[in-house]
Amino acid sequence: MRAYLLSRLGQTLLVVFLSLTAVFFLVRLGGDPVLLFLPMDIQAKDLNEFRQRLGFNDPLALQYGRFVGHALHGDFGESLRYKNDALQLVLSRLPATLALAVAALGLTFCVAVPVGVLSAVRRGSLVDFLGMTGAVLGQAVPGFWLGLMMIYLFSVRLGWLPTGGMGSPLHFVMPCVVLASFYAARMARLTRSSVLDTLNEEFVLTARAKGLAERIVIGKHTLKNSAIPIVTLAGLDTGQLLGGAVITETIFAWPGLGRLTVQALLNRDFPVVLAAVFVFSVTYTLINFGVDLLYGWLDPRTRRRA
Amino acid sequence: MKGFVGRHGRGVLGLTLAALVLVAAVAAPLLVAHDPAQTDFAAGLKPPGTPGHPLGTDQLGRDLLARVLYGARVALFIGVCCVLLTALVGGLLGLLAGFFEGWTGAVLMRIADVQLSFPFILLALTINAIVGLGLRNIIVSLSVAGWVVYARVVRGEVLSVKERDFVHAAQALGLGRARLLFRHVLPNVAPSIVIVASLQFAQFIVAEAAISFLGFGVQPPTPAWGSMLSESRDYLYVAWWLAAFPGAALALTALGINLVGDWLRDVLDPRFRV
Repeated sequence: MRAYLLSRLGQTLLVVFLSLTAVFFLVRLGGDPVLLFLPMDIQAKDLNEFRQRLGFNDPLALQYGRFVGHALHGDFGESLRYKNDALQLVLSRLPATLALAVAALGLTFCVAVPVGVLSAVRRGSLVDFLGMTGAVLGQAVPGFWLGLMMIYLFSVRLGWLPTGGMGSPLHFVMPCVVLASFYAARMARLTRSSVLDTLNEEFVLTARAKGLAERIVIGKHTLKNSAIPIVTLAGLDTGQLLGGAVITETIFAWPGLGRLTVQALLNRDFPVVLAAVFVFSVTYTLINFGVDLLYGWLDPRTRRRA
Repeated sequence: MKGFVGRHGRGVLGLTLAALVLVAAVAAPLLVAHDPAQTDFAAGLKPPGTPGHPLGTDQLGRDLLARVLYGARVALFIGVCCVLLTALVGGLLGLLAGFFEGWTGAVLMRIADVQLSFPFILLALTINAIVGLGLRNIIVSLSVAGWVVYARVVRGEVLSVKERDFVHAAQALGLGRARLLFRHVLPNVAPSIVIVASLQFAQFIVAEAAISFLGFGVQPPTPAWGSMLSESRDYLYVAWWLAAFPGAALALTALGINLVGDWLRDVLDPRFRV
């Protein structure tokens, strides 16, 4: 177990390091950010002085070395736009994004698992048909369009919900539904097929033969054994939820990490972009790590292999 | 007959939707008289049902139907280019990495792992923001972000196919490695490539729209659904149709392609059959 944890830790560090390196070099290939921050009629002399001060005139290898050295201390430089410490800025936006992601994940589970189980148990029924039609639609409808349509209906027409921002529980409703729709749809379909597979297993037959109530056969024997693919997908999706938050947060003006990243990319605010990449990849790998640990609990067979 | 409808009904529906989008894209100039870029400031923000403009007009008086139909061209073009590029590059790399295990394959899969440890849409967005905007760059960005899926799937398949008896037999007969790889292994992993491609196709189109929606990717005045939706946000209070129709077109396209993909998977890959 310890060897496994250590190798996973090494893997995590490698992933974070490589993604930072890739983004650093891509960013430097992308042109000169200094030009964006100075007036159009600036003298070449001043421009050069500004560049010199920010270190953009040094050889690329030196810039990279300095970047890595600072990054190891959690120092990604100052935001070119907000003049704050980039990592501080990114971390200050993280709670809003995590709150949204957790809420959306909760909604996904609460909707997808019952729908998927019900569709599997009542296979071929109207419930199955409606549930799966909804799931296919949910996977096809792009979140940002759903978001716009919801804003039109619930904010513009009916005036029930705020168009954007954060504050009251009401502010959570639309971003959460929009973010969850795609993942809930996919998870419902996976739950259905996973439960269908498990229902064919012999231990389910045994449980039924013992005369156990159907509630227990499904709730205890089937569901726990169908959980592995569902948890895997949930783990992968939690990471993707962070990516989806980029779009959802922009539509609903949610003050989170995704919106900050989009703005930083639009403004070519590279210290913030790099810090955001760092936080995203750390969060994502930590989530996947947590999912791996969950497997051991759900399926003792994987414990021996690890 | 009932069995056929049950098993292939969704495939038929999907193919019908996909065919409609294809017709819209190919025959756009025949279907609408208006040029999608033709502005008419006197006729701005007309609602659907206005004579001559069945879906209404946008803020510059451009015909919305024309823009939605021409938008299908942009979406399909980007989708097709990305799928071909990623299938070719990712498939080939996966094939090689699986066939010749060794350090190159290992390095490749490490890169794939790193890339998969980052949300797809965020990766494509970051690459696009850095390499620049426009049609060509969005195709490049999506492809760079998307090839890993093929590499992963194909490599896994190759690893199992190459241990099968017919491959060993062909090897024993003295076939060259290239012939072995392309005549015996490739046809057996081809269904997986087709399945992944069909599932990725819709993802690319939606991702392109999302990135263009955020202000990167395809730029106005090119009639791309994503940038049309982006512009529509400013007029949501007065002109719902600007948001409704391009988005509906996008959703129906994704739905059609997804249905075809699901159906292909059922038909081509017996392992997924329930």
